Amino acid sequence: MRMHQPRASAKLAKPTRIAAVVALFVLAACGSAPSAASTPPAARFPVTITTPGGATVTIEHQPRRVVSLSPTATEMLFAISAGPQVVAVDDQSNYPAGVPTTKLSGFQPNIEAIAGYAPDLVIASEDTGSLVHGMQALNVPILIEPAAKTLDDAYTQIKQLGLATGHVAEADALVAKMRTQVAAFVSLVAKPARTLRVYHELDSTYYSATSATFIGQVYKVLGLQNIADGATGAATDYPQLSAEYIVNSNPDLIVLADTKCCKQDLTTVASRPGWGVIAAVKNGQVVGVDDDIASRWGPRVIDFMQAIAPRVQQLEKQAA
Amino acid sequence: MAEVTAPARRLAIITGLPSLPWLWAAAGVVTLVASCAIAVLTGPVHIAPATVFGALFGATVDPGQANILWSLRFPRVVLGLLVGGMLAIAGAAYQGVFRNPLADPYLLGAAAGANLGATLAIAFAPGTSVIGVNVVPLAAFAGAGAAVAGAYMLGQTVTGARSTIGLILAGVAIAAFFNAIQIYIQQAQTGSIRQVYSWILGRLTTAGWDGVLLVLPYVLLSVGVIFLHRRLLDALTLGDDEVSNLGISVRRVRLIVVVAATLGTAAVVAVGGTIAFVGLIIPHTIRLLAGRSYRVVIPLSLLFGAGFLVLADTAARTMLAPAEVPIGVITAFVGAPFFIAVMRSTRVSAL
Repeated sequence: MRMHQPRASAKLAKPTRIAAVVALFVLAACGSAPSAASTPPAARFPVTITTPGGATVTIEHQPRRVVSLSPTATEMLFAISAGPQVVAVDDQSNYPAGVPTTKLSGFQPNIEAIAGYAPDLVIASEDTGSLVHGMQALNVPILIEPAAKTLDDAYTQIKQLGLATGHVAEADALVAKMRTQVAAFVSLVAKPARTLRVYHELDSTYYSATSATFIGQVYKVLGLQNIADGATGAATDYPQLSAEYIVNSNPDLIVLADTKCCKQDLTTVASRPGWGVIAAVKNGQVVGVDDDIASRWGPRVIDFMQAIAPRVQQLEKQAA
Repeated sequence: MAEVTAPARRLAIITGLPSLPWLWAAAGVVTLVASCAIAVLTGPVHIAPATVFGALFGATVDPGQANILWSLRFPRVVLGLLVGGMLAIAGAAYQGVFRNPLADPYLLGAAAGANLGATLAIAFAPGTSVIGVNVVPLAAFAGAGAAVAGAYMLGQTVTGARSTIGLILAGVAIAAFFNAIQIYIQQAQTGSIRQVYSWILGRLTTAGWDGVLLVLPYVLLSVGVIFLHRRLLDALTLGDDEVSNLGISVRRVRLIVVVAATLGTAAVVAVGGTIAFVGLIIPHTIRLLAGRSYRVVIPLSLLFGAGFLVLADTAARTMLAPAEVPIGVITAFVGAPFFIAVMRSTRVSAL
């Protein structure tokens, strides 16, 4: 009688009624799934986790039915071997291949639909639509792991997910590996003779990201100057830049994180009015990256750096 | 003798006074020129006035600055002129045709249709183009046209050609229906949400000469047709029966003006997004200040609407420079209080 494919309908119901229905499902799930699965030796529960938002979450037993509403968390979970414990991920989670993608939405979370998977741990990147409140009412522990602002934030989140799912050793190993790889990329790019400027594009209306964001921090680590940092007056870390300013800033490197959403590449950028004179366009230093990789703060930041670092290296040789 | 003077007065409304006051026409032209001057002289990149005028009048200037001026700033100002003038004149025309003070160019669902078309294109056909033109403006244009055509046909079948109420209600229904579909798609395709928002709030950010060329024919045609009908819009203020007695087909006038205004609106919405309030505030302000004859309101709406949007876009480009502020935010934020101030300082009169 467990609901396996709950519809992600946006029906409104009284919270109490949802809670009652859901409690029924949770009870049914507990009853029908005896805890006979083997527990890795490293896992010690209960654990208490303080999330970046400051909330403390206690997890009594090792979770076996994890629901992830954050594509980044999904990537982290599978990278630390917690994948088999994940029963459902949101509609945006598409990596690694074979993740249990559902119609669940992290932007418009439907408490009832989430509860239909009888989760014993829910992970999301933001508390929208009273998600935390709803899960607390159902006594389901929920971790909010918001967009990281630095590489260290990302490492902390990976370790928290390791602790929460009983994969502490794997999480530590992943973080150690990532630290080594990042250090390797940083050493690869020598100190340039002059500061190289980068323009990171989020969509074809020139939205960008400042150094206060995760992706901005990656550029900072690689020693690049981010032209979006000029937009200090804007209240957002993701300002929409004026075309005049971008052209005038003459970036040495343009990174297109809108190859999927908006099908942008060197040719389309070169054909924009006035953009032909930009150094990056003239020298072909316009690099397209997967939108997803560039917008997630998970283990694939290494893939992102792998795409960028050789370009930076080339530019530094030219500048030297 | 009353039977003689009454038709004479009616005839006077169509053929005679009041014509456009010269002082107001001059003020409109001055405003327009001043707005354009401010707009070309300011921007996120500082360029000396001498360089700007040099570039304008063919002198040799720094190629980098000339590139910024000719490829980015000038086309954006020209596009702002076309969009602002078109939205204001279309708003005035709609208010005349429907004799409804709340009528704006989006009354019959043009904005909802354009938003739906653009959202569909952004979500399902990103980056594609048809005969060299990006599919997003094309879809927006088609969506706006489809919404207004649908509202018109629906309105005709409900209450017939005699009443504008049926048309307006049909427009409201179509707009609500299209909005529902648009929001559903937007929520389902969260990856494109930022682009959809930047569309809805208006965007002259990516303007170039190609956008100017795209809208120019439609704007010229639409403005021309509305201009030719400004006397008939005055006649419509007499009421449908009176106008019919004069041998004018109310239905035909209404259809022609709506089609013309919609065509122009759809074109500018396709490149500029759905910029709000211009079509409402500009004609009403002119009515309050300069007079309510359409022979005054129509030409002045064109001039002041163009000037207003160029200034609003200058603010959008420079307020948080080098970041952009959505132009729709500026037009509403500045326009609404200004309109209220004008309304309070004058006595509101009928359309």
